[in-house]
Amino acid sequence: MSETQMKKIRAPFDEATARSLRAGDRVLISGTILAARDAAHKRLVETLDRGEPLPVDLNGAVVYYVGPSPAKPGEVIGAAGPTTSGRMDAYTPRLLDQGLKGMIGKGYRKPEVVEAMKKHGVPYLAAVGGAGALIARSIKKYTVLTYEDLGPEAVAAMEVEDFPAIVVIDSTGDNYYETGQAPYRRS
Amino acid sequence: MKEINVEDIACAVADLAVRACCRLPQDMVDGMRKAHEAEPSPVGKNILEQLLENAAIAANDSIPICQDTGLAVIFADVGQDVRIVGGAFEDAVNEGVRRGYVDGYLRKSCVAEPLFERKNTRDNTPAVIHTRLVPGDSLRLRLAPKGAGSENKSVVKMLVPADGIEGVRKVVLDAVLAAGPNSCPPMVVGVGLGGTMEMAAICAKRAAARDLESHNHDPRYAAFEEELLELINKTGIGPQGLGGLTTALKVHVEWAPTHIASLPVAVNINCHAARHAEVTL
Repeated sequence: MSETQMKKIRAPFDEATARSLRAGDRVLISGTILAARDAAHKRLVETLDRGEPLPVDLNGAVVYYVGPSPAKPGEVIGAAGPTTSGRMDAYTPRLLDQGLKGMIGKGYRKPEVVEAMKKHGVPYLAAVGGAGALIARSIKKYTVLTYEDLGPEAVAAMEVEDFPAIVVIDSTGDNYYETGQAPYRRS
Repeated sequence: MKEINVEDIACAVADLAVRACCRLPQDMVDGMRKAHEAEPSPVGKNILEQLLENAAIAANDSIPICQDTGLAVIFADVGQDVRIVGGAFEDAVNEGVRRGYVDGYLRKSCVAEPLFERKNTRDNTPAVIHTRLVPGDSLRLRLAPKGAGSENKSVVKMLVPADGIEGVRKVVLDAVLAAGPNSCPPMVVGVGLGGTMEMAAICAKRAAARDLESHNHDPRYAAFEEELLELINKTGIGPQGLGGLTTALKVHVEWAPTHIASLPVAVNINCHAARHAEVTL
């Protein structure tokens, strides 16, 4: 795949970017994305349940489901591939209501998440699972924003440059896991 | 009677942890290269390229192949003519895991208790240790870190003899279909057959941690491994679930004698980072 075939986009996502992405598009993301996974999602939703404001602004935010390995001295971050998105499904619709505009992870999403994505015009992208060393090269800065006690599960801002991903489910609900697999199914 | 000091065990385990997490075994790299040549899907081919590049960067920079450096699963074959001196064996293994994961900048993914507080132990201990007492005067340690993305897709199913080969095929295929992209294909699929419920699971884990090029010693089971692989690669799931003919690189089957009324089947899926490292002391 040459870089010319890849769409360059910026994060946070504006409305036009979020809705322009199509299932199967390969993209390179630059800008700022938010790192958050299981325990952080749980706390964010518990905060909403208590009627309190969130400690981070989700308006236009693109969340990356990641729990990086620790940075070696002098490095920005350790290995930083995506974790399984399905574990976040229970919390995702609530965060989409808060303005979340994009998600990066790996694996299937529940139908109710896809419905909420369509309602809010939000795409879901996949990074290559396990390619933690390769992806780390596109991460230029990692700053913990909140929930520091969660260690690798803390919420952090990540400055990225040409972060590689592929649009799996777009804001219309088209699913590349389905359309991509179908031509190769032999049974 | 050969004496092995616990300090030597701790050092060996620390080294195995770092080595296993940062260096994809050569047989896995070779398997991925072969798959890359054969994969007809352009997206699938590109992903295999990225995975090979990832493994090269990890080895070169000595950073983990995957951020999920897993729970440390250790298979220890202890020679019965070995005397372990200077402390307790399991403490030494855990000390090695602590040193490897803390000093080697590997991610600590172990929580102390599964249900209530889920507090991180902060040093990735305790390890999951499977010890066997074997003839001889050496100690063989094999460390296979296991990340949760693939581990969570494991299945244990208690079939009955009448379910037979067809029943086993279905359990394996259903597990692979349910795992899909979540378990980071191309997978290595470990299948454990027979024994009791827990024995089947241990067989599946041993199978998943085997060298890629190995096959079952019984030619009937080796042929079954091939058949299951073909079946899995017909699903179309492909690398990362984005479509293609490389859903699994290999299926390994291990079996144990079982009860006249039982046919336990366990499936343990490994992601493309099917990591393992071994040493003999």
